[in-house]
Amino acid sequence: MSTATTDNNAVREHAVRKELFVDGYEVVIGIEIHCQLNTESKIFSSAPTDFGHEPNSQASIVDLGLPGVLPVLNAGVVDRALKFGIGVNAELGLFNTFDRKNYFYPDLPKGYQITQMANPIVGEGYIDVVVNEGEKNEYPKRMGITRAHLEEDAGKSVHDAVDGMTGVDLNRAGTPLIEIVSEPDMRSAHEALAYIKAIHQLVTWLGISDAVMAEGSFRCDCNVSVREPGAELGTRTELKNLNSFRFIERAINREIERQIDILEDGGQVLQATMLYDPERDETRVMRTKEDANDYRYFPDPDLLPVRIEQHTVDSIRAAMPELPVARRARFEEALGLSEYDARILTGSRQIADYFEAVVAEVGQADAKMAGNWVMGDLLGALNKDDKEITDSPISAKQLAGMLARIKDDTLSGKLAKKVFSALYEREGGDADDAADKIIEEKGLKQETDTGAIKAIVEEVIAKNQAMVEEYRGGKEKAFNGLVGQVMKASRGSANPQQVNQILKELLG
Amino acid sequence: MSELHLLSTQQLITGLQDKQFSSLELTEHYIKRIDALDNKINSFITHTSETARAQAKAADEMRAQGDQRPLLGVPMAHKDIFCTQGVLTTCGSKMLHNFVSPYDATIVSNIDKAGMISLGKLNMDEFAMGSDNSSSYYGTVQNPWNLERVPGGSSGGSAAAVAAGFVPVATGSDTGGSIRQPASFCGLTGIKPTYGRVSRFGMIAYASSLDQAGSMGRSAKDCAYLLQPMIGHDPRDATSIKYDMPDYVQDINDAEAAAGDKPFAGLRIGVAKEYFSAGLDAEVETAVRAALKKYEELGATIVEVNITDPEITLATYYMLAPAEASSNLSRFDGVRFGYRCENPTDLLDLYTRSRSEGFGPEVQRRILTGTYALSAGYFDAYYTKAQKIRRLIVKDFDEAFASCDVIASPTAPTAAYKLTDNLDPATMYLGDVYTIAVNLAGLPALSQPVGLTSEGLPVGLQLIGKHWQESQLLTTAHLFQQHTDHHLQHSAIAKETV
Repeated sequence: MSTATTDNNAVREHAVRKELFVDGYEVVIGIEIHCQLNTESKIFSSAPTDFGHEPNSQASIVDLGLPGVLPVLNAGVVDRALKFGIGVNAELGLFNTFDRKNYFYPDLPKGYQITQMANPIVGEGYIDVVVNEGEKNEYPKRMGITRAHLEEDAGKSVHDAVDGMTGVDLNRAGTPLIEIVSEPDMRSAHEALAYIKAIHQLVTWLGISDAVMAEGSFRCDCNVSVREPGAELGTRTELKNLNSFRFIERAINREIERQIDILEDGGQVLQATMLYDPERDETRVMRTKEDANDYRYFPDPDLLPVRIEQHTVDSIRAAMPELPVARRARFEEALGLSEYDARILTGSRQIADYFEAVVAEVGQADAKMAGNWVMGDLLGALNKDDKEITDSPISAKQLAGMLARIKDDTLSGKLAKKVFSALYEREGGDADDAADKIIEEKGLKQETDTGAIKAIVEEVIAKNQAMVEEYRGGKEKAFNGLVGQVMKASRGSANPQQVNQILKELLG
Repeated sequence: MSELHLLSTQQLITGLQDKQFSSLELTEHYIKRIDALDNKINSFITHTSETARAQAKAADEMRAQGDQRPLLGVPMAHKDIFCTQGVLTTCGSKMLHNFVSPYDATIVSNIDKAGMISLGKLNMDEFAMGSDNSSSYYGTVQNPWNLERVPGGSSGGSAAAVAAGFVPVATGSDTGGSIRQPASFCGLTGIKPTYGRVSRFGMIAYASSLDQAGSMGRSAKDCAYLLQPMIGHDPRDATSIKYDMPDYVQDINDAEAAAGDKPFAGLRIGVAKEYFSAGLDAEVETAVRAALKKYEELGATIVEVNITDPEITLATYYMLAPAEASSNLSRFDGVRFGYRCENPTDLLDLYTRSRSEGFGPEVQRRILTGTYALSAGYFDAYYTKAQKIRRLIVKDFDEAFASCDVIASPTAPTAAYKLTDNLDPATMYLGDVYTIAVNLAGLPALSQPVGLTSEGLPVGLQLIGKHWQESQLLTTAHLFQQHTDHHLQHSAIAKETV
């Protein structure tokens, strides 16, 4: 990186940060994300990780913490964590170990949680994000990642199932998690949100997590503090278990306001764990530092250290998918897409894969056209039906087949919309050439025979003398009316360019 | 028939094969003895006589149909630290006074698969913490040699039951000497295998990095028979190691066949002066030195070795073991199984009273010690330092084994003492002074009887081997037993007929 660029970045950073000050205070945010890894069985037992079953039906004797049982590491979580580490450009913990975090809670069956404290599987890394993406004031920023480690999830206390008592559901106990700890690099709720969204996109892109926030498989804790510019870090509070993008932003902003209000009143922010109440839109103290546990971490003697061979890392790295940032850049450079289009088309790995499958059929020269159909018609229709691209009723090959008919002038834009609707309703079945079948069956072929079009045009001129006169009298709009009449007469099948041309010729 | 319980495992197998007696007759014989005599020594917590009879009948039928498994129909019993499906598993604690395990420990199912018949669950120090069985919720066990004496611990019930002739062999577990020390006190042979050799799955954890299950019997060969089905890799235990599978009995037989009148020619026995330290009872030392002399007469060479100062080792152990225990025992919280206090007022009350009422004083003492050692601010000074010393202990053993094949020492500094001696905990911990280094280093070790004191109490000699060398230990002890009769002495209770 040249000095000039560095300086520019510094200037820009400064300008951005100045903008971010709230009432003269600088906001500092660090984020911990608990992300469930999508293995079929749990991290230390063979019980399934399925969500939404009868309480305690997905927990084995290991998850229940019965006397004498022992944990055995599920190798699948190691691969997933390594993928994540590579994805955030991190140092990998090729020698990583498990520790016990000791505390008592009814949903923690063993009285300790197995986690990685001393030697995590993922060390320092970073992720590049775009803050306020798509807005006028968007800007890029690199967010540091301190570490990411493997751990087991706890169970759940159920407060409303048994009258006057609290039940415990251990279905979630032992579900594999990767806890991703950021550097305190975020300076606003927007930056926090951009970071969280980038991590969310990455883990789903890598296929290592379903990251469904509503099911708790992707949960965020935000550490928020404020300080006067240049001062030492302020006392932080931790906002726990934020589980929607919308609430994250609101909760952080409420907490910033709360802390500034305290400082402005001459008070001190106390270290505490906070809960956000979305209904009242306020943050509340859940527990203070005084209630904090001494977790008595120590190496778990039931689990051997995990030693990862370099060749394992090499083969995982070789099998890594192209990551969102790189793919977006390639879409812009190699396929000539606009920044906006490239962003939409890399919204998820599945969308990008679909789009590229279409491009593979129609050729790179028509990537822009393919992109327009995927973004506009297809994603629009899917969105309306609340479906993912993986549920698309139109396969990439079928869409490409339709695009080929646009290119060879069989379809006009208007006819193509009709074919698209028919494809979406699965009228062409499963066949790759479903578009051709629909065109054939519905007679949607564009008329390109000059003689035939000329005949229709002549007929329209004969029947619409009034309009012809208007046009000749200088009223340009009348021309469009005549075109419309021709199209109508041909039931939409006439090639519009040809109609224009012939009409102009005949009207002299 | 009256002396069936004095037969060796080998003789029992032969007797069953030759139809001198049936498994049911054998089982009835032992049940009769237990029913008549266990009130004197309290070695069983739970009897499984009815299922044992049914299993014995089935074993007889299988044998009649040509089933060749050597241990088919041979009785045994389990230390109550091993989970047994459908059977009360208490670990000697009030905390688990109502815990019927829904699953079998790996070694329990392995022994079951070998066709052995379990007569019940044996008394033990609570959660395996103790050296004289006095911490058991189910009461102390009396030493069958002398009812005023303790049987040792924590596998005190196992040792007493075998020494009393209630079972030919029994399982035990050894975290700091809990197989070897009671074997020594009760005149038995007991082996603690290499860490990782036997699955810990289903063995209720005391200190995970030190615990290892093993076998106890009246002779080395008896131990070998029971140990055989216990060993092997278990995918349910991450610390269980895949290693070549020896055949202990075969190895013993081969060695016996090859042995001349100097069976130990070429064997170098390491003796460390650190293992003959202050506090060693004179009569124990005499018996142990005499045994070493016998080994020499039979061809062995004695070489001097150095090992880590036992006092340092002792301190290291009593830092690490409680640290792990404090965490391992957290699951006993009154929430899901085991003892729960009555009418808890809130969650904290549920935890504190369930644990205060459910755990005995020794267990509470170690939980508190361990909690302290792991707590913020003390972790590095205690736990981390102890781990460093642990590595030095391993290194010292490696260096010692460069010049010898096995290391010999007294198993315990004294013979069995009286329960009324009321030792304070620190003094009692000294009883483990010769045994715990083995656990810290993960080595295999065995205790064998080498004589009696003037009061007629057994004395044990410990043999420590290199990693994975259980076979050598068993073979060495067996060949010694071919030339001596210490292991053939019987306790007072064993001599009683019913």
